[in-house]
Amino acid sequence: MTGLRVENLSYAYGARQALDGVSFRVEPGTFCALLGPNGAGKSTLFALLTRLFTAPQGRIEIAGHDMARAPRKALRRMGVVFQQPTLDLDLTVQRNLSYFAALHGLRGARAQARIEAALERLEMPGRLGERVRDLNGGHRRRLEIARSLIHHPKVLLLDEPTVGLDAATRRAITAHVHDLSRRKGLTVLWATHLTDEIEDADQLLILHRGKLAQDGTARQLRGGLGLADHFLRLTGEAA
Amino acid sequence: MTAWLAALAAITQREALRFIGQRGRFVAALVRPMLWLVVFAAGFRAALGLSITPPYATYTTYEVYIVPGLCGMILLFNGMQSSLSMVYDREMGSMRLLLTSPLPRWWLLVCRLLASTAISILQVYVFLALAVIFGIRFGWGGYAALLPALVPAGLMLGALGLALSSVIRQLENFAGVMNFVIFPMFFLSTALYPLWKMAESSALLRDICAVNPFSQAVELIRFALYQQQNTAALAWVLLSGLVWLGLAVWGYDPARGLIRKAAK
Repeated sequence: MTGLRVENLSYAYGARQALDGVSFRVEPGTFCALLGPNGAGKSTLFALLTRLFTAPQGRIEIAGHDMARAPRKALRRMGVVFQQPTLDLDLTVQRNLSYFAALHGLRGARAQARIEAALERLEMPGRLGERVRDLNGGHRRRLEIARSLIHHPKVLLLDEPTVGLDAATRRAITAHVHDLSRRKGLTVLWATHLTDEIEDADQLLILHRGKLAQDGTARQLRGGLGLADHFLRLTGEAA
Repeated sequence: MTAWLAALAAITQREALRFIGQRGRFVAALVRPMLWLVVFAAGFRAALGLSITPPYATYTTYEVYIVPGLCGMILLFNGMQSSLSMVYDREMGSMRLLLTSPLPRWWLLVCRLLASTAISILQVYVFLALAVIFGIRFGWGGYAALLPALVPAGLMLGALGLALSSVIRQLENFAGVMNFVIFPMFFLSTALYPLWKMAESSALLRDICAVNPFSQAVELIRFALYQQQNTAALAWVLLSGLVWLGLAVWGYDPARGLIRKAAK
């Protein structure tokens, strides 16, 4: 069973083709980085992967479940960290997490145990009573990652999750998610335009003008060049 | 099924907490109808004579006549407010969180609708309690009979807001909703004047008022306050509520992609 599989996915906004025949696979336990300049189609791909809207052409499979035929099964196995913050700032950490748990059908002691375990993993135990507004940017992001894991997804999608964070926090969060994919066998798709978040052993997808320009490990693709230089050469734009 | 109910409880709780957190919204929601009741109705009391038409069995003062319309106004404004928060949620991203829940999308929309209706109904009762201070009271039976009328009326107006939220791209467009939906719906209804009074000025105006679903919601509330059932109004409210809910579900259908522009 594959973690994430995308076949021949295309999408157009009127006359503008945002995605054009994109196909790739990400195996379980793999950290896959999706790199692309602005306007490459990353946001559209994420919107389709999270079923914000559906594509007339192509196929998406999450942990073996077809997004078009069994959307609820597919969504149940998927965790998402959106680029925009989606926490309710005026509610406590506890309220935010139990709201999410309930949206996934979890309640009571079972939900609570999962919430506490998720916070523990992200090194944020004992913060349940704090208002989200009082947390710093890094902790809010950690909280969103903890939240995305409450329902034990098989596939984790993160859309530029480190935007606006300082270098140390960025590194810590990137390392943590790499660790999750290795230790928990989680399939991770990490969209970014920052090449320093990608490790050599990671699978790398380079999206350019709606098409998948390259798919391989970062080490293979960059050859002798630094990843930023390779990306720049390929897309003709600064990473 | 427990998963469905868990989502309903969580969405209702979130809406309630948000509402409590926004005290200004609560006060505004009550000040608006109270102003109409105390200032507008007092002025019109002398100018407007009301004949005895059902459900009224005796002569009625204008401030008593206007109360069901103001209850409707609370439901209408709240429905729109909830729709506004849907648009806000979409801009802020928390809508995406809701829509990636593995529950059917129509159910998630219904949960939002039920939650916002519950809050609207609570406000209507607080308004009616305040009206008592100004000497406007109904029978206990009327207050009890009102609840089953407020539910379909609130759901219908909430569904309208939901349908609108699926097509409104940005918060800025919301001012248009005020001008083109809320005001015409409120003023072209039986909230402020009875149909026969409208007919005195124009037959067309009366016909528009009669088919306005908001009029039907107001009449449903008016009859319920006197423990009478207005079946035609109920049917009209349910029918328009279903149409709008259908439109909302259609608007939020991922295949239709009406919300895709917001995602770009």
